Amino acid sequence: MTTPETHTAETTGHGDISVGVAGSGDSSASATRITPGNALRPEDIALEVRTGLVKPSEDVAEYALRLGDDALILAQRLGRWISRAPELEEDVALGNIALDQLGHARSFLTYAGGAWEKSEDDLAYFRREHEFRSAHLFEQPNGDFAVTIARQFVVSYYQFELYRRLTQSTDATLAAIAAKAVKEVDYHRDHSAQWILRLALGTKESRARMTHGLKLVWPYVGELFVDDELTTRLAGAGAAVEPSSLKADFDRLTGEVLAEAELEVPQTPVAPGGGRRGKHSEHLGYILAEMQVLAREHPGASW
Amino acid sequence: MIPNDTPTSQVPSRPLDSQARPGNPAAVGPRPGTPVVGAPQESTTSVWPLWEVFVRSSRGLSHVHAGSLHAPDAAMALRNARDLYTRRNEGVSIWVVPADAIAASDPDAKGSFFESPQGKDYRHATYYTKSEGVKHL
Repeated sequence: MTTPETHTAETTGHGDISVGVAGSGDSSASATRITPGNALRPEDIALEVRTGLVKPSEDVAEYALRLGDDALILAQRLGRWISRAPELEEDVALGNIALDQLGHARSFLTYAGGAWEKSEDDLAYFRREHEFRSAHLFEQPNGDFAVTIARQFVVSYYQFELYRRLTQSTDATLAAIAAKAVKEVDYHRDHSAQWILRLALGTKESRARMTHGLKLVWPYVGELFVDDELTTRLAGAGAAVEPSSLKADFDRLTGEVLAEAELEVPQTPVAPGGGRRGKHSEHLGYILAEMQVLAREHPGASW
Repeated sequence: MIPNDTPTSQVPSRPLDSQARPGNPAAVGPRPGTPVVGAPQESTTSVWPLWEVFVRSSRGLSHVHAGSLHAPDAAMALRNARDLYTRRNEGVSIWVVPADAIAASDPDAKGSFFESPQGKDYRHATYYTKSEGVKHL
């Protein structure tokens, strides 16, 4: 994330990346040609917020905070897999997913901060545990690879249904963030489903681990689909989606993958939840300590 | 009839061992926490096969070799290729090919294989001047 000090209207990151890395020659034919593309970036949202072009209502900001916190905490969890995945290729795959999630978090938090004159960094690094609004699923430990895949499976199928509907939000910024995120999350679905199939239909050991992983994360599924006053108000205004309305599609689509993997939908008790009200498990404090220590030791540091 | 400058023999398939990355699990055993993937009968220490990746950077251009990777099967190879080689918006299409399916020319046979065309100007259209001045050519 950029620090608040670097928030100038001209912020474009660390330089122009639109030049092919090959430099000379037929760079247009090179497989390593890189272009920035022209998708919505958190910096664009920050600019709109700063110039007063958009300003979320208190409700919308609270809602964006929830979605941003979900993505931020998951990104922090997933980042730990880098150098620890079963293969280098999987390091990069999980790292890419983490970066996608971090991008969504930056967009949502930047937008939310517009209601309170706070930057994405203020919200990410200088809030305390009870001020985070992420659901418990996102802070669950990585466990072994199968546990992480199980968590990814639930998260990506939930987020896909959520973002798919949010593209129709009456709040233009929420809709725009969702439109960018939904394609990325679609790939996360594919990644987790491929691994569910391979682990479940692989060896006895991999199948046992996959079954165990699903059993560990399933208690936290329920919290994702709980409505409350905020979501009801926002859904009434067409800005947000009632979480409960996603459940049928989530159950159907995850059920299809699990059936193909010859796995049962886990029958586990539902965890109490409370993340949306700032009540978290013991895990979140450790995540925040690691994530926030640098920013708090050196406020305003940039590199 | 086969023109006599067309190579008709293929060198035997060579493993692209130069592309194998350092730290290959084959040498050091599986990394900690490695899940066991594959058919139940497979050895748990088997290494994922190597795949060659070709990326098309935009429509109308051809696929260009971008590098290689390990993957348990073709479906995962495509996904790994997407994650490894198109992270910076490099491509619109990917091919993956099992590395051992590629027959490569022998680098030691450079002289006999590739130097023959040198000096044979008559194989280039510009060698012929009769057509000069002909309209619409």
